[in-house]
Formats: sequence, structure tokens, C-alpha cells
Amino acid sequence: MQPAAAETAVAAPESRPHPNYIGIWAVLFVLTVVEVGVAFLGFSKAFTVFALLLLALWKALLVALYYMHLRYEPGRLRLLALAPFPLAVILVVAVLTEF
Amino acid sequence: MEHSASVALDPRRPMPGMGVYNMKLGMWVFLLSEVMFFTSLIGAYIILRFANPDAFAEPGVVLNVPLTAANTFILICSSVTMVKAFAAIQQGDQAGLKRWLIATAAIGALFVGVQVYEYIQLAGHGFVPTVDLYTAEGRPLYGATFYTMTGFHGAHVTIGVLCLLFVTWRAFRGKYTAQSHGGVEIIGLYWHFVDLVWIILFTIVYLI
Repeated sequence: MQPAAAETAVAAPESRPHPNYIGIWAVLFVLTVVEVGVAFLGFSKAFTVFALLLLALWKALLVALYYMHLRYEPGRLRLLALAPFPLAVILVVAVLTEF
Repeated sequence: MEHSASVALDPRRPMPGMGVYNMKLGMWVFLLSEVMFFTSLIGAYIILRFANPDAFAEPGVVLNVPLTAANTFILICSSVTMVKAFAAIQQGDQAGLKRWLIATAAIGALFVGVQVYEYIQLAGHGFVPTVDLYTAEGRPLYGATFYTMTGFHGAHVTIGVLCLLFVTWRAFRGKYTAQSHGGVEIIGLYWHFVDLVWIILFTIVYLI
């Protein structure tokens, strides 16, 4: 019985704090509206691209940190989540060098 | 030996090094492979666009930005309902779990429906994968890259909706409890990832 009880205990997903999901949803909505505004307000191309990428990164981080609960995961899982990004940069840079 | 074998096959045992149960670790590793998949698509798009700026239209000229912005918001709403479903079952709220799961699947299906409508509208105006208007050296870059990226994402959302329906069916059979709800968390991770990818795609394909 003891091993079975232990397995049941470890099978339960970790409990974690619940951030203000509706508040984050509101921020995501506002950022989406700002994005569309920035895209069509006639700023310089360089500023528009920079601002849009920054806003998209901000939104993506909000989803990853709070909706995917990455902020509350163990540090090693967070490190694992970052693993593909150097590879992604290498992939894009390697193809860019073809031009 | 038998005991060792059963331990190795239990998908929910925690991996000591990571501190999370194996099913969740498996989903994270899968999602990280998906990062590379979408990076290859987005990276190819960026490189082709920089190399052939005339083969791509300015934002809003061909693509329907207001419609897609609304659709982006729809997908963001589905992330909220998904996380609400997870929060509900963590507190043992079975009714809340079912309600939020149904809402997530319905909103996800609505997103796919709007995307199909968008495709029909674009095709009606002649914007098909092989569109002649935006080409570089005879190759239809804009149509091909647009439909490849958004099509693969749409396929991911469609698969997510089907998985959500399966999880909802299990929820109605009482398979999830406050103590055991790994399936809800796993599909939630996938769903939020699909939302995250769309946030990037919407910016790069529709706004830049």
C-alpha cells in the first residue's frame, strides 16, 4: 500500500499560486490594440518594426510566465524552456549568411 | 525487475532533476521542438521578405487586419478560459472545469472558423498560395509563405480543439480531481503555446 500511496501523492500536479488571469487578459487586449495602432499610425518603418516586436515579445512573455505558469516552475524547467532559443538564433543566422 | 519496469513506464512520476512529473516534462520538450518548427517557418519568411521586399504587400493592403486582430483577441480569450478551467479543477470545482473547457473548445473552434472565412475571402480576391501578383523570380513568395505559416498554425489549433473535446469528455466522466488533473494541465500548456505562437505570427505576418 505504501508505494501506491506515494505514487498517488507524486501524481498530483504541483499546486501553485493563481495570478490575476483576468488582469493579464486585459493587458493582452490593450497591447493588441496598441499593436494595431502602432502598425497604422505612420511611424518610421524602423520604429514600427522595433515597437511591434517589443509588444509581441511582451505579450508572449505574459502568456508563458503567467498562463503557462513558467514563473512558478522550478528553475531548471525554466532553463530548459530557454534551450531552443540559442538554437533558433543559430538556425536563422546560418540561413541569413546564405544571402 | 518488474518493479523497475513499472516505475519506468509510469508517465506521472516526477523526474528528480526537473521537479515536475514526467508527462508535463514530455509536453514541455514537445513544445520546445515546436519552437524550432515555427522558428524555421518564421525565419524563412523573414529572410525571404528581406531578400525580396517587393514580393510582399504592405500591412493591410491584402490581408484583413481588423478581422485578424479580432481573431487574435478571440484566441487570447480562449487562453483565459483554459487557465480558468485549470484553476477550477485545482480547487475541485467540477462544474467550473466543464464550463471553462467547453468555452475554450468553442472559442478555439470559432478562431478556426474565422480563419477559414478569411481564407475564403482572400481566395475570392485572387490571393491564393500561387498568386501571380507577388512573386520574385517567378516564385509566389507572399501567398506561399502566408498560407504555410497560418495554415500550420491553424492545424495546430484544430488539433488542440480535438484534444480539448477529448479532455472535456473525460471531465464529464469525472476523470479529473483536485488531486489528479495532469491531463488538464498538459492540454493547457499546448493551448497557451498555440496562443503564444499566434501572437508572434500576427505581428510578423499581418502588422510588419
